[in-house]
Amino acid sequence: MTQTAFHAIHVAAGAKMVSFAGFEMPIQYPVGILAEHRIVRNGVGVFDVSHMGEFEVKGADALALIQLLTVNDASKLVPGKAQYSALTRPSGGIVDDLLVYMIGENDYMLVVNGANVDKDLAWVMQHASEFEHVTVADESSNYHLLAVQGPKSIETLQKLTDANLIDVPYYSFVHGTLAGVPMILSRTGYTGEIGFELYFKGSVDVATKVVTTIFDAGAEYGIAWIGLGARDTLRLEKGYCLYGNDITDDTNPIEAGLSWITKLAKGPFNGSDVIQAVKTNGPTRKLVGFVMRSEKLIPRTGYTIVSNGATVGAVTSGNTSPGLGTGIGLGYVPTALSTPGTMIEIAARGTTFPAEVVKIPFL
Amino acid sequence: MNLPADLKYTSDHEWIRVDGDVGTIGVTDHAQGELGDVVYVDIPDAGAAVGKGDTFGSIEAVKTVADLYAPVSGQLIEVNEVNAAPDSVNKDPYGNGWLVKMKLSDLSELNALMDVDAYKALIGA
Repeated sequence: MTQTAFHAIHVAAGAKMVSFAGFEMPIQYPVGILAEHRIVRNGVGVFDVSHMGEFEVKGADALALIQLLTVNDASKLVPGKAQYSALTRPSGGIVDDLLVYMIGENDYMLVVNGANVDKDLAWVMQHASEFEHVTVADESSNYHLLAVQGPKSIETLQKLTDANLIDVPYYSFVHGTLAGVPMILSRTGYTGEIGFELYFKGSVDVATKVVTTIFDAGAEYGIAWIGLGARDTLRLEKGYCLYGNDITDDTNPIEAGLSWITKLAKGPFNGSDVIQAVKTNGPTRKLVGFVMRSEKLIPRTGYTIVSNGATVGAVTSGNTSPGLGTGIGLGYVPTALSTPGTMIEIAARGTTFPAEVVKIPFL
Repeated sequence: MNLPADLKYTSDHEWIRVDGDVGTIGVTDHAQGELGDVVYVDIPDAGAAVGKGDTFGSIEAVKTVADLYAPVSGQLIEVNEVNAAPDSVNKDPYGNGWLVKMKLSDLSELNALMDVDAYKALIGA
């Protein structure tokens, strides 16, 4: 089991550690998931997401490779911009969702899910071999990654760096130093709150210095560590897909509600013909958000979705929404049942509980 | 870990406090810690007769859901209104966070439950 550079700090903070993506990661700290959730919504929290993977893709063919592999139009990127995208198979299924950073001309960084690093690297390398002028370097084990998220995140970080953070737009990044350590400060996150993700390299001592400095700066705002449990409730309230749950090798971007990042006009890419056909004909099923209309059940991944006594789909993500005070979830249903306002039922404990299809984000 | 000595415990991490032929049942401090934040307790059949080991409800926490099992046989006679403040199960599992009261039908079944030392050994406390 791999440990991140912050492992000893998590343990000292009383974290409950679990196995996740091959890493020993904090799922929650002693204050609990609900309190951590509120800290990020109201103040500032810090996530260790060093399990994420970083691939550096360089060379004259780097853009062509990325265009072939991903659904979004990477030619629209300029240095300092990032985009949310997905790696697709020729079947149209999703290998992974990812962030594509344009560092400079012919210089990109792909940030992928920790659980998929090996799969994604093999996939990218396999396609890279078709190009003459591109190199792919897996830097996953060298990068530390901290997500500092919440309405007080900018005040916290601005004390520590010369980079003018308030001027960095969403999905943009700057190179700067923080605590004297060079890093990428990226205005991105998985919480729906304003925040930055900090990519940097160095020893455990360097990582400790960075995070200690951030916690000192955020002390007046009640800064706290946030675990994977609250990461899930925070992203779910915003309707963000989780790879392995809501999107998989067997789901295509159109039915997953990712049409907004799927730029069919950019030219052919892996699976674009299949995806075009789905778009033209309309998907047979759609990923929808639903809110429980019973307080008795929190929906969980794998629960059956029922309509008129028949199984019509399955819950792919579910939890309690601390913001709404009720259960919320995502799941695939036939397109005819995907309109907001449609009543469905979630099956559990030998019975069913009412739920309503709603627009996402939930709040 | 708070483990009162005057209670009986089950391997499902529940406790029972017996007063005459009425047992008060809840989950242990260990159980609430493992569950994390409790958000709803569903005990659908107040008044039901339950057999030892029967599922009589479920406890929804943020991380997971757990079934509730009858430690002994009897009839559910009172369900705590814990959903007004479900975090009482976390904060006070042996007090305000109790879940259900049961009229016991066979007091001898209590002999098969664990005392505090046996339960401590089970959870490695």
